[in-house]
Amino acid sequence: MIGLLAAASADMDLYVAQNIFFGIIAAQMIYAAFRVVTTANVVHAALWLVLVLSGVAVQFILLGAEFVAITQVLVYIGAVVVLFLFGVMLTRASMGADESVASEKRSMATVVGVLLFTVMAVSLIDSFEDTRLVIDEPQSTTLVSDSIFSQYIVPFEAVSVLLLAALIGAIVVARRD
Amino acid sequence: MSASLNIIGELAYWQQTGIRVGAGLAAVLLIAGTLVYLHLFKLVSFMQSRLGPMEAGPFGSLQLLAEVGKFLQKEDIFPRKADRFVFAAAPFVVLMSTFLLVVVVPGGPDAWFIDTELGIYLAMAVSSISVIGILMAGWGSASKYSMLGGLRATGQLIAYELPLILAVIGVVIQAGTMNMQGIVFAQAEGSIFGWDGIGNPYILTQGVAFLIFMIAMQAELTQAPFDMPIAESELVSGYMTEYSGMRFLLFFIGEFATAGVFSAVAAVLFLGGWYIPGIDPNDNIMNVLGPLVMLVKIVGLTFVVFWARFTFPRFREDQLQKLAWKVLIPLALANIVVTGILKVAF
Repeated sequence: MIGLLAAASADMDLYVAQNIFFGIIAAQMIYAAFRVVTTANVVHAALWLVLVLSGVAVQFILLGAEFVAITQVLVYIGAVVVLFLFGVMLTRASMGADESVASEKRSMATVVGVLLFTVMAVSLIDSFEDTRLVIDEPQSTTLVSDSIFSQYIVPFEAVSVLLLAALIGAIVVARRD
Repeated sequence: MSASLNIIGELAYWQQTGIRVGAGLAAVLLIAGTLVYLHLFKLVSFMQSRLGPMEAGPFGSLQLLAEVGKFLQKEDIFPRKADRFVFAAAPFVVLMSTFLLVVVVPGGPDAWFIDTELGIYLAMAVSSISVIGILMAGWGSASKYSMLGGLRATGQLIAYELPLILAVIGVVIQAGTMNMQGIVFAQAEGSIFGWDGIGNPYILTQGVAFLIFMIAMQAELTQAPFDMPIAESELVSGYMTEYSGMRFLLFFIGEFATAGVFSAVAAVLFLGGWYIPGIDPNDNIMNVLGPLVMLVKIVGLTFVVFWARFTFPRFREDQLQKLAWKVLIPLALANIVVTGILKVAF
């Protein structure tokens, strides 16, 4: 039902509503992403990051990928950003501007950012060119789970083991007794 | 959707959305109002051998309106060093999480806000957003008490979100769907050892999950015995300390509405949802009776929540974490394994 927009206009030539909303949300995401790296307060940066990530979730919904969108909210907003904020507040959470945030590392970060953007943009444009992707209906969760647990079972298990190893590693590093 | 006459289905998409958003907001306020009057004003008063509000309206039933009027008139105070925007937005983030949670709860075969394939998964995802609102309130207030309350709340909510989600997985395995309507129908069409008089409410087969869900829910609501984040004798009022007037009222509504909505989710998952035994679940009459059934179940479950809240003393912080990580999570994992094995075996 969230993906009704996608289903309703599937037989039309252009996804007018999706394109308009895509533009609005993309603009909001770009603005928020800039504020993440330009704001002088760490907590503000994390809160701007919430806006970027929820924008990603909405874009997934516009594409009819409900499962990915909800996972985005659960994992990134509900867990990752919360842990960011929790960590920042436990260590240093000054109210005003934080001088140590604006440092000489900025120029290096800009270079990395531009490089990453170029690589991703080129590879995306190169692999899709002007292919039109038709979304007939919202992506079914049954399909997602079926493909994860049959076709992609080996990568899935490998990622699970990797995450478990990282988890145990974190505990070992944190325990000092 | 059933074959019955569906008026909402004939409207345009934006009209349907408008109606559903309006009805969702009304549901949040209605549930919060019912619980505040029935449980906070009356039930607790009777438990403590007093009458509660009696002056405004018959049996004090208009006390709610008086309270809202009082809060609206109060000054909206900002601490001098507070981060004004974050401080002001925090209660809205918390209330928005509640509102997003209410939309997944169905009230009848056609009486739903959204009917997505991923109902319960969506509920678990949006309920975690409220943590961000609480952290915003704790940090934005620029007060030590608020900050400590916010940190305690976050530590607690992260710990108890896991057993909450893991408890739900048992139900999802048994029902074979994450859709809330699907879970209701699975219970309505089930049978207890061949007897299908009352369907098969999952509280019978998922009793352990139900207990874990209710305990974790109590902790998610930061209500006693899990009220370390508020702890009025230590932290004044935790992350809400600096709030006054309208914004305090929003936190207050959020607290009680969330209690009601979590109970509604529990009613759908474990008590058969809006289904009445003996009536065909696709009958059109269920669109009228269903929401009433849900309301009765919400009031019943929140009765238990508030009973516990006003009876038990507060946990210590380490006991609270120990209960989540060493008791509830292993128990929930064992429940998933057993449910999975039985699902494959039968």
